[in-house]
Amino acid sequence: SPAMELPPSHFPAARAAAVAVGYLRYLRGGPGRGLELRELRRARRQDIDDVGHKYYLELELEDVLDKDRRVSCTAEVLYHLGSTSCAPEVQVTVQGELRSTEEADQEFYNRIRSLEKELVAENIPDSHGNVPPELEPLHLLAWVASGYVIWQNSTENTKFHLAQVKHVKQVKRNDEDLQFDYVLLLHEMVSQEVLPWQVTVLWHPQHGARVSQ
Amino acid sequence: HQVLRIRTKNEEEVRQLQLLESLEHLELDFWINPSAHALPVDVRIPAASVQSVKAFLESQGIDYSILIEDLQDVLDKEKQDMAESAQRQRSSSFDFGAYHTLDDINEELDHLASEYSFVEKIQIGESYEKRPLYVLKFSTGGSKRPAIWLDAGIHSREWVTQASALWIANKIASDYGTDASVTSLLDKMDLFLLPVANPDGFVYTHTSNRMWRKTRSKIAGSVCVGVDPNRNWDAGFGVSPLLAPPGPGASSRPCSDSYHGPSANSEVEVKSVVDFIKNHGNFKAFLTLHSYSQLLMYPYGYKCTRPDDYAELESLGRAAASSIRSLYGTTFQVGTICNTIYQASGGSIDWSYDNGIKYSFALELRDTGRYGFLLPAAQIVPTAKETWLGLKRIIEHVRDKTA
Repeated sequence: SPAMELPPSHFPAARAAAVAVGYLRYLRGGPGRGLELRELRRARRQDIDDVGHKYYLELELEDVLDKDRRVSCTAEVLYHLGSTSCAPEVQVTVQGELRSTEEADQEFYNRIRSLEKELVAENIPDSHGNVPPELEPLHLLAWVASGYVIWQNSTENTKFHLAQVKHVKQVKRNDEDLQFDYVLLLHEMVSQEVLPWQVTVLWHPQHGARVSQ
Repeated sequence: HQVLRIRTKNEEEVRQLQLLESLEHLELDFWINPSAHALPVDVRIPAASVQSVKAFLESQGIDYSILIEDLQDVLDKEKQDMAESAQRQRSSSFDFGAYHTLDDINEELDHLASEYSFVEKIQIGESYEKRPLYVLKFSTGGSKRPAIWLDAGIHSREWVTQASALWIANKIASDYGTDASVTSLLDKMDLFLLPVANPDGFVYTHTSNRMWRKTRSKIAGSVCVGVDPNRNWDAGFGVSPLLAPPGPGASSRPCSDSYHGPSANSEVEVKSVVDFIKNHGNFKAFLTLHSYSQLLMYPYGYKCTRPDDYAELESLGRAAASSIRSLYGTTFQVGTICNTIYQASGGSIDWSYDNGIKYSFALELRDTGRYGFLLPAAQIVPTAKETWLGLKRIIEHVRDKTA
């Protein structure tokens, strides 16, 4: 059946947008880049017989460390029929270039590698919404991790946001990757539950992030 | 006691005053002593001596005038001025741009009530853990004038709402008499503001779990604690949507964050408000603050059909959202609860609307998920300011429509 137009301001479209943003954060985010949804411009939904529901989205994002620049992208989110155990299929196309984070990434990498003791932190942001500047890269890396979790665990009837980084611990490795074990609090807006998720992130400036739950 | 100012014309008159000064039984207190005749002499005279001193001056032809008719009055007024100033000092020391504990908030409510004659702090009930439920009543007179209801913090983790409510209370109080709109509002209507609708939950977010949402009531037969107070109102109570999407409406599981409770109004925090509003009988608007998502919603949540007053509420909602946006560009989406977010039963504005309070709105304040519940304190005042513009737009409409 043909795709029908959805009001972008209403939650059914917003739920699909949250999945697309999560996926994009996982793919393109890092300690030097956090992508935030500015506006959902347009949303359409198509019911595909025997397959599922497919959402077509036009989004406007911003890089929180490069706020003046607008990032436009299109996304397709396919929720498979009747399945709650299968992650939605997502495709995202970013128009134009994202600001390079090579320098910031290398700086972060060197800083962490040179720490004597393994880094440990908790409650990011704290109760009052504060994030100490030196923890911001770990906060943004948590967006990468939560992006993955949100993409993998969303259904058409859930809308997840990262509520807080409860705990993060660096684990020193013999290879070149940095490893961070996170406990993330995810807020699911339909049930209103705030649930802890344990996630491990491996990260390297050239290899990007790999996430495991 | 009176204070006289005496103008001497020559050395002889100065000598007369110096003689007067030496008469200790008169208990005269010279604020400026007689010295040279060119300078005035100020003297405080105890009541008992006033007549005789005046008689003496007149008999000597010495000019005088009354500087202070009654010193006690002056002292009393000064004491009052100092007290008021001290209160203003304390007020300007309450940081509206920071998050506060329950005790600090209650102290500020006391301060507002003492600073403004038309502001009164009343208690409408007690929470489960026996904390008082304090409401600020703004009233310039009359008897049970048509009234506006505004509450915040029914979900305790939504900290920007309690914080904004404090700013708004202070704004309304200080604007009366200077802002035409607020003045005409309070000259005609009363306003009742409950800044911390769920004090037990609020304390818990400070002491134990920042993400706590519900009340803290014990639930029979469960290890879990608390009921979602915004699923506990008597409006489609406990209904789950018949169709699959989306969500549970309200959960029947005690451990859930949207648990509706064993029965409607089981939560004393909800029942106290219901009783207060019913007993008052003359509320025209019911406004409630939540966070986050930037939404401005009207009924219904428990069913997906439009309310009878849909057209007016939609139009007013859009106007209010426009007012909010005018300040910092913050966009709020407008619509019924069911269309905008999801079907959810037992909500407060559904109850108020079905009980005859037409202008029932629920606002979800900043942000849209970047910080969520943990909104940085620097955003409190901007949030409060823009929110107030939206509420004001609604309230002005209600005022104009109310006979």
